Amino acid sequence: MSFGPHLLLATLEGLVTAAVLALTALGLSLVFGVMRVVNVAHGEFFMLGAVLAWAVTTALGGHPAIGFLLALVVSPLIVGGIALVAERLVLRRLNYNPEATIVATIGMLYILQQAALTFYGPEARPVEPPFNYRILLPWFGYSGYKLSIVGASILLMIAAWFVLTKTRIGLVMRATQYDRETAQAFGIPVDRVYAGVFALGAMLAAVAAVLVVPIQQAHYLMGLDPLLLSFIVVIIGGLGSLRGTVVAAVLIGLSDGIISVFFSPTLAKMIATLLVALVLVFRPQGLFGTVAR
Amino acid sequence: MRNALTIAGLDCSYGEVPVLHGIGLELRDGEVLCLLGRNGAGKTTLLKAIMGLVPARAGSIMLGDRDLTRLPAHEVPKAGVAYVPQGRRLFAELTVAENIEIGLMTRNKGAQTRDSVLDLFPVLRERLKQRSGTLSGGEQQMLAMARALCLEPEVLLLDEPTEGLMPSMIAKIRETVGQLRERGVSTILVEQRVDAVLSVADRVTFIENGRNRETVDIEKLRADPGLVKRYVGVG
Repeated sequence: MSFGPHLLLATLEGLVTAAVLALTALGLSLVFGVMRVVNVAHGEFFMLGAVLAWAVTTALGGHPAIGFLLALVVSPLIVGGIALVAERLVLRRLNYNPEATIVATIGMLYILQQAALTFYGPEARPVEPPFNYRILLPWFGYSGYKLSIVGASILLMIAAWFVLTKTRIGLVMRATQYDRETAQAFGIPVDRVYAGVFALGAMLAAVAAVLVVPIQQAHYLMGLDPLLLSFIVVIIGGLGSLRGTVVAAVLIGLSDGIISVFFSPTLAKMIATLLVALVLVFRPQGLFGTVAR
Repeated sequence: MRNALTIAGLDCSYGEVPVLHGIGLELRDGEVLCLLGRNGAGKTTLLKAIMGLVPARAGSIMLGDRDLTRLPAHEVPKAGVAYVPQGRRLFAELTVAENIEIGLMTRNKGAQTRDSVLDLFPVLRERLKQRSGTLSGGEQQMLAMARALCLEPEVLLLDEPTEGLMPSMIAKIRETVGQLRERGVSTILVEQRVDAVLSVADRVTFIENGRNRETVDIEKLRADPGLVKRYVGVG
């Protein structure tokens, strides 16, 4: 294959990575933006999403599309429920103290991981994609399902943008983010907003995982990479900035795809990490973040 | 005369540090009651305690027959108490319209309330799409008041609304407080400077070291400026 088609393939792969990453990172960014909680367990919510998708499709059987669509609804709901319980039982009792919640979410990471190992096991298991359509390009065929991930991610990001900027729920979330105390003085039940945001963040990770599991397999340790990359995206894009999250996800996803294809995945990770270091030195608030007050 | 707000035996503390000791106050219906006192006397803490933002250790804050100390903080504004915090505390990243919308949402008020509030502050009408953090200091103060008035409150708490403003703005804010009194809004006004309140307040309560001292009618204060010197320390 010559250079042009090769680059196209790498770009497509990068876009798929970017699409999944944008969703996962948005969840992390929302939780930190609104609650000031660094959720180290975010990757485990991603993993749970994938494992539950496997469980749902396996239990249901039948045509893969039916199981997949059901998983796309059920898995994020269960993960959101687990996150809600964790928030009520742990984070709320710590009064959302920034340091204490980091330690607590590290604990949650191990509990979720070991629970998955115990009940799901150490195997990597595939989920069948809902459809097997190959788009035939002049140089190579490409999975239609992978492209549909990109489409689904774009739709979900637009939906997230709409909810955040055009609806009352979004307004309440943003008001809580900017000034918790004053929000309470205007009748906003900050406590419930926090619980909702934490669940929503986990659900975004779970949706991303369900989308990716037909091409990546479910495994109990699969949460580490999305966590790391999400942190990278959120630091580069600027915390709490939707636009920054999207731009940084595309940037990291594309560079990851292209560099992995032409050189090596390790180099891609090194460059991403270097980028984080540079952003932290020269623009600590991130590319699109605003300076914290 | 009926009381809009009755505070009795209120104790508050930040963690282990006691700040308010047995505060007792009566805000009469439709009056402007001014709290005067030095920095750190506990004036702002008292307002936060009324809003439920600082928990009460003892005592009661009665709005009609409801005890506000028993409500979670976000229910207090819904009961009809609106708060204009010190330093305005706007949602700076949100637009003017969004700040007003948050005020309206508190008690589910609609377009009518919005219009009547914007009529009080016509400047804001021209700036609805502007990010509130980019307004001038005076405009920000107006927006903070507008946001609070969107609750159509029974009781309004104003924490140093004239702080750091230029004289023409101070006059405008004072004028607004007067207008609100005519509409029957009972107001607690915190100020550090006496001259800022002489023209708008009905009564003045002096706060010292977390305790309320004398409460005097404004006429008496005008006649005897020595009182102010005793509690506030500057003339």
